[in-house]
Amino acid sequence: MTAIKMVKANPKDVLTGEYYLDGNHASAEGGIAAGCKFFAGYPITPSTEIAERISQRFPKVGGIFIQMEDEMASMNAILGASWGGVKSMTCTSGPGFSLMMENFGLGIMLETPCVLVNVQRGGPSTGLPTLPGQADMMQARWGSHGDYEVIALAPDSPQESFELTIHAFNLSERYRIPVFVMTDECVGHMTEKVVIPGAEEIDLVPRRYTDKPPEEYWPYIPEKDLVPLMPPVGKGYKFHVTGLTHDYRGYPVINAEVQEKCVRRLMDKIIKNAKDIIWIEEKDIEGAEVVLLSYGITSRVVQPAIAKAKKEGIKVGQIRLVTVWPFPEERVRELASKIGAYVMVEMNYGQVYYEVERCAAGKCKTVLVPHAGGTVHNPEDVYVAIKEAVK
Amino acid sequence: MKFWRRPLDTDKIKIPHGELHIIWERCKGCGFCVEYCPKEVLELSTEFNAKGYHPPVAVKEEDCINCGLCEELCPEFAIFPVLKEEPEGAEEAKK
Amino acid sequence: MSTVEIVEVRGKVEKEHPMEKLLRMDRIPHIWCPTCGIGTAAKAFASALEQLEIDYNNVAVVSGIGCTGRVAGYMKLDSFHTTHGRAVPFAVGLAIAKPKMKVVVFSGDGDLISIGGNHFIHTARRNVDITVICVNNFIYAMTGGQVAPTTPIPANSSTTPYGTFEHPFNLPLLAASSGAVYVARWTSLHVRRLTKAFAEAIQKRGFSFVEVIAPCSTLYARRNKLGDGLSLMKFYHDNSIIKHGADPREVDIGFQEKIVVGKFVDIEKPTYLDCLNDGYKRVFGDAYKVYGEEDEQN
Repeated sequence: MTAIKMVKANPKDVLTGEYYLDGNHASAEGGIAAGCKFFAGYPITPSTEIAERISQRFPKVGGIFIQMEDEMASMNAILGASWGGVKSMTCTSGPGFSLMMENFGLGIMLETPCVLVNVQRGGPSTGLPTLPGQADMMQARWGSHGDYEVIALAPDSPQESFELTIHAFNLSERYRIPVFVMTDECVGHMTEKVVIPGAEEIDLVPRRYTDKPPEEYWPYIPEKDLVPLMPPVGKGYKFHVTGLTHDYRGYPVINAEVQEKCVRRLMDKIIKNAKDIIWIEEKDIEGAEVVLLSYGITSRVVQPAIAKAKKEGIKVGQIRLVTVWPFPEERVRELASKIGAYVMVEMNYGQVYYEVERCAAGKCKTVLVPHAGGTVHNPEDVYVAIKEAVK
Repeated sequence: MKFWRRPLDTDKIKIPHGELHIIWERCKGCGFCVEYCPKEVLELSTEFNAKGYHPPVAVKEEDCINCGLCEELCPEFAIFPVLKEEPEGAEEAKK
Repeated sequence: MSTVEIVEVRGKVEKEHPMEKLLRMDRIPHIWCPTCGIGTAAKAFASALEQLEIDYNNVAVVSGIGCTGRVAGYMKLDSFHTTHGRAVPFAVGLAIAKPKMKVVVFSGDGDLISIGGNHFIHTARRNVDITVICVNNFIYAMTGGQVAPTTPIPANSSTTPYGTFEHPFNLPLLAASSGAVYVARWTSLHVRRLTKAFAEAIQKRGFSFVEVIAPCSTLYARRNKLGDGLSLMKFYHDNSIIKHGADPREVDIGFQEKIVVGKFVDIEKPTYLDCLNDGYKRVFGDAYKVYGEEDEQN
C-alpha cells in the first residue's frame, strides 16, 4: 500500500468539547474539523441544517459558504473549488441527489476529491421530506451513467456523523474520488452526545499533489495504488482535464482502447484497494445460525430484536456496514457457507439486499426485512424475520 | 505608392514590409486571409496540401506591410508575417 | 505565380507561429471545420493574453460541451473541459478557491445560455470575478445543428426543419440585466477590437461578458443556404454597426439583419468577494479575516 503521510487537524478548525448535537450539526462540524473550506449547496429538507451551520461557522474559520442556484451548480462548484486546492463539500437529500448525479460522474472522471452528504428521506420524487428513508443506496452505487465504483459511508449516530464525515474527506483525498456520506433524516435530526476530540487526535490525509516538475508531469499517470497525483492549479503545470474519455495526458481520445484503459483504472482504483476501504463491524459471527446485516440507523433499531432472539437461544450474529460501498462481497460470500441465513434489514424495499443475495449465491437463505420509509422498523418485525430464518 | 503630393516626412516614415510564413499542412483553405488582406497579397493556390485543402500563396509579397491581419483572422494558426528588417537607406534607394 | 521570394513551409514547420507558446501543439490541427469562426476567437483570446503581458500560470480556462467547448483543450493553460452547461458554476468554485487567478469561461451559446442559463444569470447577479466568453453561432453545432436559444426567426435547424418560430435571447441584454459589469459584442471579423474586448474583460473586476458572433459553416450556414463561413464573414462586414454604449435592449439580432456590435456596458460594481468581505466585516468587525487578500499556501 502506498504510504500516506497524515497531518493533524488544525486546532482552529476543531470545536473540541462535549456537545449535545444532532447528526446534521455533527456532520457539519466533522467537515470543518477535516479542513473543509468551501461549501456550495442548496437548501433541501432534511439536510439544510448542515448548510446552515456551515454558513454560520465558516466566516470564523476562513471558509467560504455559497448557497448556489441549484444542486447542479452546487456539485460543480465543489469540483471547481477542489481543483483550486480547497477541501469542499455539499449536502443534499433525495431529489437533489438525483440532480447531482451527472456531475458526480464528472467528479469520478476528473478524479476530484470532495464529500457529498445525502441525508436520505422518503422517496421516490418529493416523497416524505421530513421523514427518514434509506432508499438512495443503489442510486449512490449506480445513479450516474456509465461504469464506475463508489465509496459510501453510513453513520448510525450523531457521533458517527462527525467521525465519518472526517473519514469521508480522508478517503476522498486518498483515492481522489467524491465520497458519499449516506445518513438519513433520523440520524440527521436526532440529538445525542457528541464528543469532539482535540485536533491532535484527528488525522487527516492531505491533498496528494505531485512532486514532479511541470515538464515531466502528466495528469493521469497513476502511482502504485492506481491513484494519480494531482497538479496544483496556477503553478505552471498547464494541465488539461476533461470529462471525455481521456488518456494519461488528460487529452480526450475517443476510441475503445483508451476507454478500456481509462475506465478499467478508475474502477480498479477502488476494487483493488477495497480491502483498505471496506469497514464493517461484526459481532457474534462465530457459530452463528443467522447473521443480520444492516447499516445506518437501522443497525440500532435491530438490537432489541437480536436481544430477544438470543434470549430464546438463537445464535444471531451481526454485521454492520459502515462502508456500504464497496460492498464486502468476499466476507459475505465466505460466511454464506457457514451460516443458515442472512437477514438484511434496511429502510427500503430491497436495495443492498440484492448484493447479499448475489454474494450468498444460494449457499444460505437470504431474507429481507423491508420498510417503505417514513419511520424506523418495528423491532418486532425484525424478530419475526429472524425466527422465520432459522426454521 | 502613388501620392497626390509628396508628404513632408516621406524620408522619415518607413513602410514596414513583411515576410509571410504559411504553415502549408495546417491550413484548411478557409480564405479569410485572402479576402481581408488590405494589400491583396494572397490568393488561394491551385495546389493541395495533404488534407486536400488549397492553402494561400503570396502573389504580391512585396506589397505585404506586416499588418498582421491574416495572422489575427486565421482560425488555424497557419499564417503569420514576420517583419522584414530593412537596411538603412533602402526606402530612398527605391524612389 | 509570384516571382518574388515566397516563404512557404510545406510539410515540415520551420518557423513557429507566434501563438504556439499558448497552444497545445500536440493537439493541433484542431477539430473545427474550415471557415469556422471559433479558431479566430481562440486566436484573439491568445493575442489578448499576450498583450496583457499576463502570467500565463495565473490563467485558467473552463469550458463546457460543444464546438466552442473544445477551446479549453487547445489552450496551453490550466484548463478544464466540464459538463454541458456547468462551466460557469465550476468556474465560480475555482475562482473562489483561487481569488487571485484569472478564470475565463469559454463556451458556446447553447452551453452557456440554454442548459447553463440559470448559472449564467445567477453568477452575473452575484458579480463573481470571472470572464465569460460566449461564442454565438446561433446553433448547436457539435451535435448536428439543432436550434439554440439564440437562433433567429425563421432560421432552419435540424430540430426546426420548418424554421424556428421561438423568440431568441438577446445575450447582451440578458447579461446586463443580470448584473454583468462589462458587456461587449463583436464578430469574428472584428479581430482587433475583439482582442481588445477580451483584454478589457479579463482585466475587469467582476462578471464580464463578451459575445462573439461567429460563423458556423457546416451547420448554420449550410442549413440556411448562406454559403460558408467566409460568406457569413462578408455578411458581418457589410452588416455590422458599431455602437458603443448602445442600450442592450436594442441589440437584438434578426435573421440576416443588422448586427449591432460594440462595448455596451462598462460599469463598476463590488464583486462577489467584495460584498462577502464587507458583509462579514460589518458583523464581525476587526475579528474577521478578509478573504482573498493573502497569498495562497496551496
